[in-house]
Amino acid sequence: MILDGKCPSGPLAYKWSKHRQEMKLVNPANKRKFRIIVVGTGLAGSSAAASLGELGYNVEAFCYQDSPRRAHSIAAQGGINAAKNYPNDGDSIFRLFHDTIKGGDFRSREANVYRLAEVSNSIIDQCVAQGVPFARDYAGYLDNRSFGGAQVSRTFYARGQTGQQLLLGAYSALSRQIKAGTVRLHTRTEMLDLVIVDGEAKGVTVRDLVTGAIKTYAADAVCLCTGGYANVFYLSTNAMGNNVTAAYRAYKKGAFFANPCYTQIHPTCIPMTGNHQSKLTLMSESLRNDGRVWVSKIRGDRRPPHEIPEDERDYYLERKYPSFGNLAPRDISSRAAKEVCDEGYGVGASGRGVYLDFADAICRIGEDKIRERYGNLFEMYEKITGEDAYKQPMRMYPAPHYAMGGLWVDYNLQSNLPGLFVLGEANFSDHGANRLGASALMQGLADGYFILPYTIADYLARTKPGKVNTGRPEFIKSMEDSETLTKKLLSINGNKTVNEFHRELGSIMWEHVGMARSTESLTKALNLIPGLREEFWKNVRVTGSEAELNQELEKAGRVADFLEFGELLAIDALHRNESCGGHFRTEYQTADGEAMRDDEKFCYVAAWESKGPGRGPELHKEPLAYENVGLAVRSYK
Amino acid sequence: MDLTLYVWRQKGPDSRGRLEEYRAKNISPDMSFLEMLDVVNEGLIKSGDEPIAFDNDCREGICGMCSQAVNGVPHGPQKKTTICQLHMRHFRDGDTIYIEPWRAKAFPVIKDLIVDRSALDRIMQSGGYVSVHTGGVPDANTVAVPKSDADAAMDAAECIGCGACVAACPNGSAMLFTAAKVAHLAKLPQGQVESSVRVCMMTDAMLNEGFGSCGNHYECQAVCPKGINVQFIAKLNREFIKAQIKK
Repeated sequence: MILDGKCPSGPLAYKWSKHRQEMKLVNPANKRKFRIIVVGTGLAGSSAAASLGELGYNVEAFCYQDSPRRAHSIAAQGGINAAKNYPNDGDSIFRLFHDTIKGGDFRSREANVYRLAEVSNSIIDQCVAQGVPFARDYAGYLDNRSFGGAQVSRTFYARGQTGQQLLLGAYSALSRQIKAGTVRLHTRTEMLDLVIVDGEAKGVTVRDLVTGAIKTYAADAVCLCTGGYANVFYLSTNAMGNNVTAAYRAYKKGAFFANPCYTQIHPTCIPMTGNHQSKLTLMSESLRNDGRVWVSKIRGDRRPPHEIPEDERDYYLERKYPSFGNLAPRDISSRAAKEVCDEGYGVGASGRGVYLDFADAICRIGEDKIRERYGNLFEMYEKITGEDAYKQPMRMYPAPHYAMGGLWVDYNLQSNLPGLFVLGEANFSDHGANRLGASALMQGLADGYFILPYTIADYLARTKPGKVNTGRPEFIKSMEDSETLTKKLLSINGNKTVNEFHRELGSIMWEHVGMARSTESLTKALNLIPGLREEFWKNVRVTGSEAELNQELEKAGRVADFLEFGELLAIDALHRNESCGGHFRTEYQTADGEAMRDDEKFCYVAAWESKGPGRGPELHKEPLAYENVGLAVRSYK
Repeated sequence: MDLTLYVWRQKGPDSRGRLEEYRAKNISPDMSFLEMLDVVNEGLIKSGDEPIAFDNDCREGICGMCSQAVNGVPHGPQKKTTICQLHMRHFRDGDTIYIEPWRAKAFPVIKDLIVDRSALDRIMQSGGYVSVHTGGVPDANTVAVPKSDADAAMDAAECIGCGACVAACPNGSAMLFTAAKVAHLAKLPQGQVESSVRVCMMTDAMLNEGFGSCGNHYECQAVCPKGINVQFIAKLNREFIKAQIKK
């Protein structure tokens, strides 16, 4: 099937305003007759739930954490992009759009990205009005810094905790609606299934993680704001609980999953130290504003960094990409780090690391200034490694961080299933094959504050409120299926823990479907994953019972989905016979090792449809048309 | 290194809890405290026992979900560090470690080391916001905010809502938590319009949730993983008095 993104016609700059004129509205008195489910309370979920509640809809908001404020958006460090052009350095909506399209290696939708750039400025206005304490200059105006993939300073920040401050802003808006009674909040509640009635998304099945009770909720529309799937790699920068379950179970119910192979490996994370490792910690990309990345020019050099003289250091990013230098985009920086380590130049005990050195910046602007900019990051680094980065360079290595792929949505953020809307990292729409730094926060809030509130009305206005209730057979079946699955997980009583399976899956994914992929490695992964999955269902041990707080059971359900999803990711990676952005196939590279796209054959969104157990997924394509930016080889040299 | 642990085990809110003894063997100094507990839990599962339930999520010190008192100190011995960021290099081979949940009247235990902190959310819901609608706001640079005010607001806004301050307080007071939000918004022009209502609503909510009063012990600041300063409590008191006079 050829999919249609339903982008409005007309000139790029007028598409969104034209579309807003054309969309249907729900009148204020009718809004309260509609019920909307929002799953996830990160930037996208909180901002959407708050905005919808404020408009007068009845909102049911769900999160698996004990408070909405703990969603993993909280951990975003560096900043949020907007085309304000406050520094007067030549930024514009078009330039932000252009950088994002190019950063995404020409695999995202022009209309979506332009809209994102367009509403970016409103986000900053909104957040400042909420009391988000962005960094300011001495005149009292907002300060900016630079991020990868851009030659302007357009990133707004709040120390190294921008995600935290933006999420707390959205959480405060959400709290206000909870008090007003427009939003009902369900914490420690996890979505287990999407309920489809007559082809439309009309509810969810959830598990109360405290009592273990499985319940269903009916609504007029469902919004999934459930984040990304980087934990398929086991070790990632995601929170421990982040999972693909909501999105994957929606996929099993008919929602298309788009571009799962577009995964972002973040270049600056603290290297792993041993098998006990449970997660990897990211150090903000903003550090590359002042830090210089290097390795020794001598293979296997074991000298401490301060003993390596200047002329024996290889500042490889500055060497390879003189115009962007240390601020080359994430996919490129990550691959460059992998390359030097593969060649034996890596630093640290494991040899999987590169230096990020602040010595020059400290000389130039002083330690105090560096402390003011990145103090909390240096502290975090010290806590984890026991090393003082003011005195010696940080050691960094790439780690899985973000999922550009996600559920397929049209221009209205609606999936192929009517009534199902997908926001933030959970959808696929704006970042193409690689996301630029400081764009995730922008997208999450754009979707929740300024896009969904308009587009969902267009759907609701065409439906009758309260059409279904939880007494329908679809709800009863969904609940029974979820209960059966839970019981099955508990009954296996095998010999291996859930974590062991997750770790094994992660090592398959990282080894064969990670930063560099090939037909050979992907085929291998596709052989290994089904075997591991089979073993899981025979040999996993899940302790405890279903009628209580049971963290092993929670993990088991999530890992069961990762064991299926990992295969879909590998299938997508194998089908895409080109390299683009975060998807690097070793067979498709230029003479100097850069990603080689194949626009003739692969300039499309790959949206996969589940065909049920035992049958492979079916590929649907949404062709990508570039009318305003010429398809070009991405160069940061 | 090898350690002896005494961990609080409690089946549910209404059951009686007690400290159970566990051995943690072959612990690497590079492990985080929670990774050490992961190792213990893997062992428990293998031997058919129920693993220790504990809250955690981001494991990078920002989500505020982890909540354990180590040897009686919320978040353990290292200053300005959440339990997920505490690493085992700060312990010695042969150490005995006591691990307990947050202890406070307003934080009932759900299971083992997991407590219910929804009271903090309800304090926020009572007024911890600027009542601004989505859209319809002026350009972000319309109002200049002195850098020192913005920085002070940020110092307060760094609160991660973990509740260590409550657990450390002999009175089980949530004063530092509440003060951090009141002060954050009171320092900014955007928070001025509602400052009186906010401080009254939030302090009311705090008292209604069963938190105690502030007795100036400053234990809260000592354990706060973000180092939130008790001066913000003074700011809250000032805001509160201002609001009373206005009434």
